[in-house]
Amino acid sequence: MDSLDQLEQQSVYILREAFRHFERLCMLWSIGKDSTVLLWLARKAFFGHVPFPLVHIDTSYKLPEMIAYRDRLALEYKLQMVVGQDADAIREGRTFPATQHLPDGHPDKLSRVDCCGILKRDSLKGTLQGTMPRKRMNLQTGQYDPDPDREPYHGVIVGARADEEGSRSKERYFSPRDKNNAWDVGDQPPEFWNQFKTDFAPGTHVRIHPLLDWTELHVWEYIKRESIPTVSLYYDQGSGTRYRSLGCGPCQAPIQSTARNVDEILVELRSGKLRNIAERSGRLQDGKHGLEELRRDGYM
Amino acid sequence: MSTMTAPPKSVASSSPVGAPNEASRPQMQIVVVGHVDHGKSTVVGRLLADTGSLPQGKLEAVRRECERTGKPFEYAFLLDALSDEQDQGITIDTARCFFKTAARDYIIIDAPGHIEFLKNMISGAARAEAAVLVIDAKEGVRENSRRHGYILSMLGIRQVVVCVNKMDLVAHDEAHFLRIEQEYRAFLSDIGAVSPKQFIPVSAIGGENLATRSTKMGWYKGPTLLETLDAFALRPGKADAQFRMPVQAVYKFTKQGDDRRIIAGRIESGRLKVGDRVVFSPSNKSTTVKSIEAFHAAPRTEIDAGWSTGFTLSEEIYVTRGELMSHADQPPKVSTRLRANLIWLGRKPFMQGRDYKLKLHTMATPVRIHKLLKVIDASEVAGQLDKDHVGRHDVADVILETRSPVAFDLIGESESTGRFVIVDGYDVAGGGIITAAESDAQDDLRAEARRRDFNWVKGAVSASERAERNGHRAALVMFVGKSGSGKHRYGRALEKALFDQRHSSYLLDGSNVLLGVDQDLVWVDTTQGELVRRFGEVAHLLLDAGLIVVSTTNAIGLADFGAVQALVPDTPTLAIEIDSEGHSAQPCDLRIKGDEPEADVTAAIIDLLIKRQILGK
Repeated sequence: MDSLDQLEQQSVYILREAFRHFERLCMLWSIGKDSTVLLWLARKAFFGHVPFPLVHIDTSYKLPEMIAYRDRLALEYKLQMVVGQDADAIREGRTFPATQHLPDGHPDKLSRVDCCGILKRDSLKGTLQGTMPRKRMNLQTGQYDPDPDREPYHGVIVGARADEEGSRSKERYFSPRDKNNAWDVGDQPPEFWNQFKTDFAPGTHVRIHPLLDWTELHVWEYIKRESIPTVSLYYDQGSGTRYRSLGCGPCQAPIQSTARNVDEILVELRSGKLRNIAERSGRLQDGKHGLEELRRDGYM
Repeated sequence: MSTMTAPPKSVASSSPVGAPNEASRPQMQIVVVGHVDHGKSTVVGRLLADTGSLPQGKLEAVRRECERTGKPFEYAFLLDALSDEQDQGITIDTARCFFKTAARDYIIIDAPGHIEFLKNMISGAARAEAAVLVIDAKEGVRENSRRHGYILSMLGIRQVVVCVNKMDLVAHDEAHFLRIEQEYRAFLSDIGAVSPKQFIPVSAIGGENLATRSTKMGWYKGPTLLETLDAFALRPGKADAQFRMPVQAVYKFTKQGDDRRIIAGRIESGRLKVGDRVVFSPSNKSTTVKSIEAFHAAPRTEIDAGWSTGFTLSEEIYVTRGELMSHADQPPKVSTRLRANLIWLGRKPFMQGRDYKLKLHTMATPVRIHKLLKVIDASEVAGQLDKDHVGRHDVADVILETRSPVAFDLIGESESTGRFVIVDGYDVAGGGIITAAESDAQDDLRAEARRRDFNWVKGAVSASERAERNGHRAALVMFVGKSGSGKHRYGRALEKALFDQRHSSYLLDGSNVLLGVDQDLVWVDTTQGELVRRFGEVAHLLLDAGLIVVSTTNAIGLADFGAVQALVPDTPTLAIEIDSEGHSAQPCDLRIKGDEPEADVTAAIIDLLIKRQILGK
């Protein structure tokens, strides 16, 4: 059993514990490589099935390739695909891209972090709690219909990895969030061996992190080993650039790289120019403490 | 950049192009513990810097931030990713970071030393295969040096290295170092904890004896920290031990068009082959393995420790989460009483006479303190306390009692099936290891049931076929209480209500057993034990026939419930106590006064049967 097997087997164990203990369970699928590996691990854990809904928060600024890929896999794997979106904020232009023409200091002008707060953090909260409308894919038509289910989710599986950035390294495998979705970093329950936090007070929920011990390199090695389909945006299509991490179009810069496939990405990560550069360096909203504050407040 | 030393040659921080796949590189989780301010984060920061494991620009960014705020640069700042920590100057949680040597990849868990954050330290340490314990040479052994040493031992970490840090502050003095080593080894040996493998004099701030050998402590001939870590063994394979797999779940995805009934779980030790005869404890059910199931993997006929797997069985037997799967000739222990060492972390103390939840491998069951043998303050030398409860951060030697029998191993025999946590309310409040199985008066009956069940001659109809036809599983509902309290009245009402709902129910009154099966006993030498045993064996036959048995008897009280339960280990049992005075404090599933309408009591019991998945909804 090698390290990749060990990581896989621990993640499968965690996923099964989550499924056993949370009747209202969902998995966040950002369409990125990490949560796609998570989706694959769920199929491993449940012998080819995914017995809970996948939730995607669509900011409307996601690159079109991501949406096409999401819908293709949802149909192929017969997923319970749920999408949440703050349609009001988008329609009313309460976003970073829609307020860029305003002069600096204008009260309606929104920063990148403000925008993440609305379109991602708050939409995620609303979708998980059921206070915001959800849409669900109809596997017969491939279209999204309003989701009649408005019950809150109590267990939320996310693909955060400890090596991504500082605040994520503080997570437990099972980390509780309080009634306001807030994360009390300083007062988390103990995690002895494989006994996780599976009892929770009404109104609170638990975030479950099966990929906590994985690194970016492990994720790509696993994608390679299992031949997991990934979005084309991760690969250079001839422009000499590719995305290393996927977010919204306006806040995501591609990196200079000519890696055209998984093998070339692996070479780049192991020995090439990316070895010592942080993965989220292309994410323009992170800055100092930006991400940490969003996370304490319920961001994934 | 002046304080940064170049990584030594032996420390490869990257693999050359074309190197073997990283996945094949061994990986080890290590935890760094010790008293607050003894320099844990500095040790870790320095290890990252000296092995070239920091992302580009990180060191410079932290240096710039320090210059901007006028603070002197410290390696510890590299880890203090959260604003809370930088503000308070202490690590509040277990940060994780990664570094690699020529030998393997490491995940370091930097655990907080502050007493408030003991649960974070434990969370970090519980995942580790080896530990680095840091003691400040100048301050010497302190409360959390002791407490952490004890906890590492209790958590089962056998590979511990002690760094006596800040040797620069004690003039790199050998005698000083040796005094600390001697004092600390003596303390651990007094409380029965495992002694560390190695003591190393280091100065984390100067990078001495971490990655590179110190030039100022020539008297020290032992290995550096990195050499010590690289020499630690990766978790030894458990494939050759006895086979143990706690049942995590039983899956059947019928709606998705999948008819396989898969018993899923992680193999904690040993190996299993298709065709092996296996038993599940405590239910004693046994059958053979038909197939090993997996998604997107090559088919296999054999599997061993570490795999989260699934099996189909050659017979459709009912097994549930929390049972322990083993080979028939090497079953685990089964009891309601466990002797254990535990540490308590709950805000409220661990009290006698109160119910808690025990989580042991995949089993969860109500538990109480049966006997408190010793309470210790592990931060003190000779720290035994005179207490009738276990307070926050105390450790204790206790005998626990569970409501129903659990299957387990002793910690010395099998790690993962010999340790547990205790949940108080919604939170994990304590954790511990099982040191002995205590006799609970049902040992003989349990052994009888095990012999009987292993050799049982099975009919042509399986329990699951019966359950499918009947629309319910077999179960035992026992009414207990004083003579004349109404047991018979409620029992008859329940039997009739179940029958009217087309269930197969049968009232078994103790007097009827007495009239026939016990004929020989009544006139000779009646012992309560033998009456109970015969009653239990009669119930077992009726339950094997798939019935819901409603038992009412004067001869058997709540105290005998455990004995009957031991004889029907594969059957869900409910105890209903009728207690008109309201004095009883014995655990039971439902307690009534005896003046409630029969229909209400019947409805409440049927609800319980639905909740326990004995009856369908």
